[in-house]
Amino acid sequence: MSERSSERKFTCIMCPLGCEVTVKNDAGGTITEVLGNKCKKGETYARDEFTRPMRVLTSTVSIDGAQFSRLPVRTSSAVPKDRIFKCMGEIEKIKIKAPVKAGDIILKDILGLNVDLIATRDL
Amino acid sequence: MLKKNADIIVIGAGPGGMAAALKANELGIKKILLVDRLPEMGGILQQCIHNGFGLQMFKKDWTGPEYADHYIKKINNTNIEVLLNTMALEITKDGRVILSNSTDGLIEVTAKAKVFAMGCRERTRQQVSIPGTRPSGIFTAGVAQRFVNIEGYMPGKDVVVVGSGDIGMIMARRMTLEGAKVHAVTEVLPYPGGLTRNVVQCLQDYNIPLYLNHNVVEIYGKDRVEGVKISGEKTFDVQCDTLLFSVGLIPENELSRMVPLDINPITGGPYIDDTYETTQEGVFICGNAAFVNDLADYVSIEAEIAGEGAANYVSNPLRNKVGVEIVAGENVRLLVPNFITRNDQATLYLRVKEPMLDVKIVSTDGIVALKKQIVKPSEMVEIKLNSEQLAKVKKLKELKIDVGKI
Repeated sequence: MSERSSERKFTCIMCPLGCEVTVKNDAGGTITEVLGNKCKKGETYARDEFTRPMRVLTSTVSIDGAQFSRLPVRTSSAVPKDRIFKCMGEIEKIKIKAPVKAGDIILKDILGLNVDLIATRDL
Repeated sequence: MLKKNADIIVIGAGPGGMAAALKANELGIKKILLVDRLPEMGGILQQCIHNGFGLQMFKKDWTGPEYADHYIKKINNTNIEVLLNTMALEITKDGRVILSNSTDGLIEVTAKAKVFAMGCRERTRQQVSIPGTRPSGIFTAGVAQRFVNIEGYMPGKDVVVVGSGDIGMIMARRMTLEGAKVHAVTEVLPYPGGLTRNVVQCLQDYNIPLYLNHNVVEIYGKDRVEGVKISGEKTFDVQCDTLLFSVGLIPENELSRMVPLDINPITGGPYIDDTYETTQEGVFICGNAAFVNDLADYVSIEAEIAGEGAANYVSNPLRNKVGVEIVAGENVRLLVPNFITRNDQATLYLRVKEPMLDVKIVSTDGIVALKKQIVKPSEMVEIKLNSEQLAKVKKLKELKIDVGKI
């Protein structure tokens, strides 16, 4: 049972303290212990990072007919960390035309993640 | 020469200048002139496409352009006069401001009050004295950020970042997302220069190695960067075609020197009081031109105080300000503002010399007595003073603040 159990370490970013939090798991990947956090937020943070780390992705897309050649974009909410490069692959293909307004949806439901790609400025 | 009059001229339309102009407008100042050399407002926010802006000010997790947009739309709804593509060239001996642009030529502005919001510049390779050849492929992190995020050019494919400032770490992630390989981030100090959240989300997320206590000691390559020698605990070579420098920021104060204002060698900005007025009456300064801040949010907060100060000066220039000097004590690298004049409330910002655990921050007569579990040079400590504390401060000749172990 314990031959495949392991642990991973995370630096908590909930406050400037930056606790080194260790998450121990058993062979089935279930969390067995969370150590090193000084508060409850640290435990929640480390559990989330262990099970499904999420990140807001920001990048740019190619735009024609505008003052600048790149339009900044963001995901409307966080996406799974392990899908970030796949999302970048989709973002790279986009070529749009000006004008665009901040908040406009540039790509709907990226990779079926239920998250939109939105413009972050007028251009 | 075209002549203009204004109640307040604000120089620089980044987060500082925009917030200062808006605050003065809100307080009823009629003629406000906001000047920027770029073709649009927002300053460096426009190239900071990452999120993390507005967490303090608005409880929002905005990107730089979104944070800028919030202010730009507000300004466009006022009668603040905005002059873009316009460079502030000179402050004359009698305090007029000389501007220049390609439609009006030279413009001479006479303003009752001035707010400087010129931001800061990046330190370059030359300022950290790294020997070697002078090939192409060497950029500051902020220049690379503008190339990638606005102009759409990739500076290179194999990257080493010198210095672990926030922009350096953010660009390490950005270059990685755009297909480059970031081989190393070096930091000469034993701790990162930027925020912990950037160490985690920009470097650790992408397995980018951070070499603390290491420095780039030589640059190889004749026409293009071919590699670097990194030295610290161990010495090794890394092949790369691009070097990004993120080795600190310098407040931009060419205009301040013309006033003339003395520059504080610790902050790189002029000496200021708690209304962000400089030693020259009617000249205010805010944001990274005054001292380098960690967050745009802090810049906006300070800028509102500067805007309010300028507005008050325009309404009532005959004030009788009495300042108590603020003195940086043990383990304090930076402490601003330099003088306390207000009676209602004031906020001081303090930077420590090195990271410390379990500290107390105490002042003369125990007026300030704070405890912190951790303090780091990369994260400013905010010290808020209320009217009761300020009344006690006003009886002192100076207020000295020390940081020590509990």
